[in-house]
Amino acid sequence: MKATVSRKPKFGVVVFPGSNCDHDAYYALKKILGFEVNFLWHKETDLYNSDVIILPGGFAYGDYLRTGAIARFSPIMNSVIAFADKGGYVMGICNGFQILLEAGLLPGVLLKNNSLQFVCKDVYLSVENSETVFTKEIEAEKVLKIPIAHGEGNYFADEDTLKSLEKNNQVVFRYTSPDGKVPEEFNPNGSALNIAGIINERGNILGMMPHPERASDPRLGKTDGALIFNSIGKYFLN
Amino acid sequence: MFKAKVLIKRRPSILDPQGKAVEKGAQHMGLNNIRDTRIGKYIEFIVETDSKPAAEKEVSEYCSKLLANPIMEDFEFTLDEIKDGVR
Repeated sequence: MKATVSRKPKFGVVVFPGSNCDHDAYYALKKILGFEVNFLWHKETDLYNSDVIILPGGFAYGDYLRTGAIARFSPIMNSVIAFADKGGYVMGICNGFQILLEAGLLPGVLLKNNSLQFVCKDVYLSVENSETVFTKEIEAEKVLKIPIAHGEGNYFADEDTLKSLEKNNQVVFRYTSPDGKVPEEFNPNGSALNIAGIINERGNILGMMPHPERASDPRLGKTDGALIFNSIGKYFLN
Repeated sequence: MFKAKVLIKRRPSILDPQGKAVEKGAQHMGLNNIRDTRIGKYIEFIVETDSKPAAEKEVSEYCSKLLANPIMEDFEFTLDEIKDGVR
């Protein structure tokens, strides 16, 4: 849902028990990029007129049972699901992506990394669909450098789901070499088709394993993540 | 009241790297006949109702929506009636 009056979007960052990238997201959006941001406690149901909801990284509910499985039933998620159903913009980062999958807002599941290791490093991403509101401002052919930090980021979906994701341009980011090629050796976790991020068919719900909020402050040496937040920001302004 | 016992298994089509890693341990122990180790979950709990159909319905919903993710897991459960408050 886009307001008729053009203005900067207001972000809402959901805080689950065990979220640990909520403050990073808040800091990047507010202090670095200048957006208005509110924290949204998982036990609340009010989204405080947010235009974009961020489900941040972390280990909601300790990752007990399965990643995202319990968080998906937090009271705030009913509001997030209703918001998304009406076309509201939702972005799940890492654990947030896992929660979106468990909630059925995006298809598939994230399995344990095929190496069984927790992987924390910078990766390179190709932007496979630059028509989404989250990627519109990223120049064509640009390869993004953004860190990942997860133990369960191995994207899996059945053959038919993968085919329909490809057919509908729903694969937004893929793990690549620094020059944007997509060989298996640059796949850090075993994800099907090197998938690092997908969007729903309607184009309002993005899930991605890499952490754009950790690549938004120039003082930390990387700013490609800001391109994603600024894309959605600009979309609201135009 | 019923005691529910739920068994959750990875679907056969889903790789189990954890099972493979554990099996390496078996090889290091010298157990050479162990094959196809796959790790699942066992969950048990009490269902506070006297109606078996009601218990089945609730457990089934618990399993399919929360305890197991049908994209990667299959589940089965049993319900045993608890008499005299013995759990």
